[in-house]
Amino acid sequence: MQPFELASPKTREQAVRLLGTDPARATILAGGSDLLGLMKDNVVTAGRLVYVKSVSGLTGVHTEKAGGLRIGALTTVDDLSADAALGFEYPAITAAAGHVAGPQIRNVATLGGNLLQRPRCWYFRNGFGLLAQRDGKSMVVDGDNRYHAILGNDGPAYFVQPSTLAPLLIAVGAQVVLFGPQGERRLDLEKLYRIPKTEGEREHDLKPGEVLTEVLLPPVAGRKVYSYEVRQRQTLDWSLATASVALEMDGGGKISRARVILGQVAPVPWAATETEEFLKGKTLDVDVASKAGEAAVAKAKPLSQNRYKIQLARVAVKRALLAAAGIVEEGA
Amino acid sequence: MVDYFWPAAKDRHLIGQRISRLDGPAKASGRAKYTYDLKPQRMLWGKILRCPHAHAKITSVDVSAAEKMPGVKAVRVIQGPGTEVKWALDEVVGVAATSEALAEEALRAIKVEYEVLPHFVNEANLAQAPKVDAGAEEVVGDPDAAMAAAEVKIKGTYGMPPVAHNCMEAHGQICEWTGADTMNAWCSTQAVAGVAGQFAEGLGIPAANVHVVTEYMGGGYGSKFSVDRWGVECARLAKLAGAPVKLMLDRRAEITVAGDRPSAYGEIEVGAKKDGTLVAWNSKSWASGGPGGSGDPPLPYVFQIPNRRRKHSSVPTNRASARAWRAPNHPQGAFLTMSALDDLAAALGMNPLDFFIQNLSITGVNEKVYREELQIADDLMGWRQRWHPRGDSAKGPIKRGLGLSLHTWGGRGHRSNCEVTLHPDGIAEAKLASQDLGTGTRTVIAIVLADSLGLPLESVKVSLGDSRYPASGGSGGSTTVGGVSSATRRAAQNLLAMIFEKSAPQLGVKPEELEAAEGTIRVKADHGKSLTWRQALAPFGQTPVTATGSNPGTGDLTSSGVGGVQMADVSVDVETGVVRINKVVAVQDCGLIIDLKTAESQVYGGMIMGISAALSEEKVLDPVTGQVLTTDFESYKMAGIADVGELVVHMMTGPGYDERGVIGVGEPPVISPGPSIANAVANATGVRVPFLPLNPRRVLDALEANAAKKKETA
Repeated sequence: MQPFELASPKTREQAVRLLGTDPARATILAGGSDLLGLMKDNVVTAGRLVYVKSVSGLTGVHTEKAGGLRIGALTTVDDLSADAALGFEYPAITAAAGHVAGPQIRNVATLGGNLLQRPRCWYFRNGFGLLAQRDGKSMVVDGDNRYHAILGNDGPAYFVQPSTLAPLLIAVGAQVVLFGPQGERRLDLEKLYRIPKTEGEREHDLKPGEVLTEVLLPPVAGRKVYSYEVRQRQTLDWSLATASVALEMDGGGKISRARVILGQVAPVPWAATETEEFLKGKTLDVDVASKAGEAAVAKAKPLSQNRYKIQLARVAVKRALLAAAGIVEEGA
Repeated sequence: MVDYFWPAAKDRHLIGQRISRLDGPAKASGRAKYTYDLKPQRMLWGKILRCPHAHAKITSVDVSAAEKMPGVKAVRVIQGPGTEVKWALDEVVGVAATSEALAEEALRAIKVEYEVLPHFVNEANLAQAPKVDAGAEEVVGDPDAAMAAAEVKIKGTYGMPPVAHNCMEAHGQICEWTGADTMNAWCSTQAVAGVAGQFAEGLGIPAANVHVVTEYMGGGYGSKFSVDRWGVECARLAKLAGAPVKLMLDRRAEITVAGDRPSAYGEIEVGAKKDGTLVAWNSKSWASGGPGGSGDPPLPYVFQIPNRRRKHSSVPTNRASARAWRAPNHPQGAFLTMSALDDLAAALGMNPLDFFIQNLSITGVNEKVYREELQIADDLMGWRQRWHPRGDSAKGPIKRGLGLSLHTWGGRGHRSNCEVTLHPDGIAEAKLASQDLGTGTRTVIAIVLADSLGLPLESVKVSLGDSRYPASGGSGGSTTVGGVSSATRRAAQNLLAMIFEKSAPQLGVKPEELEAAEGTIRVKADHGKSLTWRQALAPFGQTPVTATGSNPGTGDLTSSGVGGVQMADVSVDVETGVVRINKVVAVQDCGLIIDLKTAESQVYGGMIMGISAALSEEKVLDPVTGQVLTTDFESYKMAGIADVGELVVHMMTGPGYDERGVIGVGEPPVISPGPSIANAVANATGVRVPFLPLNPRRVLDALEANAAKKKETA
């Protein structure tokens, strides 16, 4: 790890000032569960770490007068998993938070960090850059891409967005509050993520000097919400494919609006718009859920070693939909 | 002449009991200090600059900037210009500095240029290998005629990738020079006695001048017998700097260069008569364990099929050299053999348990052991009640199945010497330059000593992990427990002979009429006639009494050749390819057991390591760079406690087993998890997943290939 300066602001304003506008010089340190490892491996270097844990007002889940929840970005994943108000409104979110990594990591990792963590792509993590290009060619395409993208993978980005919570929060319509040199702005969480086209670009849309301060959740309003992860190991493992769904139902038990967001399959949390269209007006059963899974991967393109992820995404969608609707498939 | 023997069951007061390891509290509380924890006065931090290329020629090395940095106390070029580097992360330059951060900064200031050469790292597809060292064909009987005549036969390709040892404590040491040619070295090593000589050879100093200490050790599994180049370089840096240097590998280097269990792949054809009698075997196998190629797995494994042909090829690759990994070559031999035999049983329409039992006559000396073990395993697993033919007919995506595998290992005690000192306060101390890798060696020695002298465990002390004690072998191949317990037993019996000599006249009997029991020296036939331990020692005065014992020696205290059986019960989600372990049963023989608890722990540990390798571990080599991609515990996937299922261990003890003497048990339990789990997956799904690890990719790929094949034939 290279030497760095540690700054501990007490307010959002101080944090933004200390952060400056050159991301290469200063970066935010919150829980540090990922950043410090990246720094030890020299994948990330920063002259200054702006340690925001002491910034006041950025923790906890707050119920808004107008309905909905306001969650501080510094709320730990462990606190999220145990929050009564969040669990009452969105039990799927507290459950998902409770399955992130292991207890030690959940205890320090923050909501903001979970949403903005860097990709786990092993080329990136071994120092070959976010796009892992060499001599103008993608190392991912020619190399070992078993965990890489099957959607949104026209290149040059092939990594997958790794957040456990992002697909679920997008599905329920979360917004984020960003605070920067120009003041505060609100953005749909879905619009925070982008697919970089050049090595210098980031995988999110934070402007230089901006800090993610809060996440806003609308009231659940009767929607059926669920997130299904395919994981090999029970603990301390990444999902291989995630499907997070939120379904609005009409009076007759038909789906009036569906949000289906896939995780771990694309460089951004992937909105399965074909599936969302397909589900409109349908009554959910096993057959509909299976077809919805097919629709989600209709445009998937496997790389040389990740064909199996198409099946995983397909089944994750099916299972998330059935679980959201409370339908138990025979034998499952 | 003392007659050496293990006490009969009725005369053992500690041997064979379930006794917790003596150093458990020190380890659990953190009081135990491992090499990684030690920090001598003035200690410097050693770091190594490593080559990023899997194959390259070093063209220039410039260390001048690093040398000028304040706080950098030593810089040494390990491999200079002109050297051909044959694997990624090989050592190029070593530095020692006053802090870890400074040492890393110095590495970044070093400029090395390379001429990058072509590399080869993925040997799964033999056709792509630029070089293959074909082994000789070995033929027994008439395999061609027997195969042609076989009524049922199968052909299959099976394989397993390389895995890393991934010791919790990385490789490394601290070196401190105490004179111009005398040195202390605290090492994380499996060979305290042996490594001193290796340092001496590398440094050109007398072996007697190297003092190696390993009080606690965080795992080796076969990867820590060598001083390694980084060990000698650590000593050189310490000498250059004039201060102690600690050099431990980081996780990336640990996984990449300090542990590699060779892969193994094989095309196998095996045939039987309609009644299940095995008649013919044909195997063409290949494997790699780095530039030197690989070991040669025993094929066919356990079952000596009367007509057989085998040919094994070794494939040189650009990855760091293979190291012994718990039961070297056996997991590979077992996986290739037991997978093929299970496929043959399915083709025969036989329950594999019946099929294996029917062919036990060709397993050699362990036939009876296997027969008894299979019966016990059957009872513990409920195999006969629960087994179904291939393909669980249950509705829904979760399919359940059973699989089994047999294994064998040697495990005879190694060369060992023990000195027992009886202190005037009545405490007996055993000294051996052995080492406790976390297996319970310390505890086993204490049990043997206390049981032999009729003392409670509290009255004995074990001193090991120091090269100044009597030499004892490296801890590998399950040889330690047989070696140290035999040497300790002989030393204790020699000591008792000296004591009995003095006690006999006091009690008015002959020495051979005496025994040591319950803290006394007493007449065997009349326990009323006895001396307290202190009274017995009084004639020796204030000078401690010592005796030594060695292995090998007279008396059958250790032997070789164990048999073991494992059965696995798994559930497979055929929509996701996720395999979950419900239960694994291990029935294991290892002769006379000194400590039932640590023996069982060895079996649990072996099973967990084997299950982890079967399900998720893989050293992934990047075809583009030749580097290892799985360089941390996130990407190098080891099973967690929630992944291993219910583990049931049954140790074979009593008549038929105890009289074989002490045999090691570190290796055998790691051999069968791969094949038994893979066979259970085949039983559950009806489809052979031919390659480990059994992760969703492998399972779904196999299911998809099978579905495509069915479609084609339909």
